[in-house]
Amino acid sequence: MTEKRDVVTKGSNGLSEGRVNERPIRMPVDIFEDETGITVLADMPGVSRERLDVQIDNNTLSIEGKMEMSVPEGMEALYADVNSTLYQRSFALSSELDGSKTNASLKDGVLALRIPKREEHKARKIEVRAE
Amino acid sequence: MFRSLSNLNGGLFDEFRRLEREMDHLFGAGPWPNGIRSVARGTYPPINIGSTPEQVDVYLFAAGLNTESLDISIQKNLLTIDGERRVITEEGASYFRRERFDNAFHRVVTLPDDVDPEKVDANYRDGVLRITIQRRETAKPRQIEVN
Repeated sequence: MTEKRDVVTKGSNGLSEGRVNERPIRMPVDIFEDETGITVLADMPGVSRERLDVQIDNNTLSIEGKMEMSVPEGMEALYADVNSTLYQRSFALSSELDGSKTNASLKDGVLALRIPKREEHKARKIEVRAE
Repeated sequence: MFRSLSNLNGGLFDEFRRLEREMDHLFGAGPWPNGIRSVARGTYPPINIGSTPEQVDVYLFAAGLNTESLDISIQKNLLTIDGERRVITEEGASYFRRERFDNAFHRVVTLPDDVDPEKVDANYRDGVLRITIQRRETAKPRQIEVN
């Protein structure tokens, strides 16, 4: 899985429309592989299920999310580490992964994606027989 | 450069981050003082603070937090947040990226002087911890009638 960086500059699915100058946050991810597939975990605090968009198109996995928080009216910022409300990151999938069977869940701002390998690509243990 | 040893991911964007850190370093070295409790950019968890005449809101962006690990305390206008964000390591899996924070954290926030430490409320939703501290009545703007 290789990361695509060029996609970061343009909103692919409309969530980023509105505030054109908003530079998306490139959220931290953990990615690991086991025998049956790849798991992606992404920290996206402030994003609810309705504001999350995960797409797989032409072997490109795009993750986009918009923070939505109820902020009191007239609130002024005293300090801000976070200057954007948009998360965006995308990855190129390799062909042995079956993107159509991706499973996604979101809990407490952590997105968990499971992308299984195609049946024929699952690693088989090769037994060595002693003659 | 020892810094490069701790940067396993590399790449162009991490170069930008490095540049940001250099800027921090540069400005931090200037003649003007840093806040005594100010922290380096990128300290976990990121915090935003907002205020209205009635209240001050502190937002901590910490996804997947076990709220039982949190220890929030306030002394006058000094808010301290201790906690832990642990990531479960998958045994036997091979990792390509490990960017998510996995450790204990500690942050101290200096709030405006007029907050009321008796009126604090905290809730955790969608990975954001929000702490609301009410301001004292006297600090709120009053309408003055002209007779």
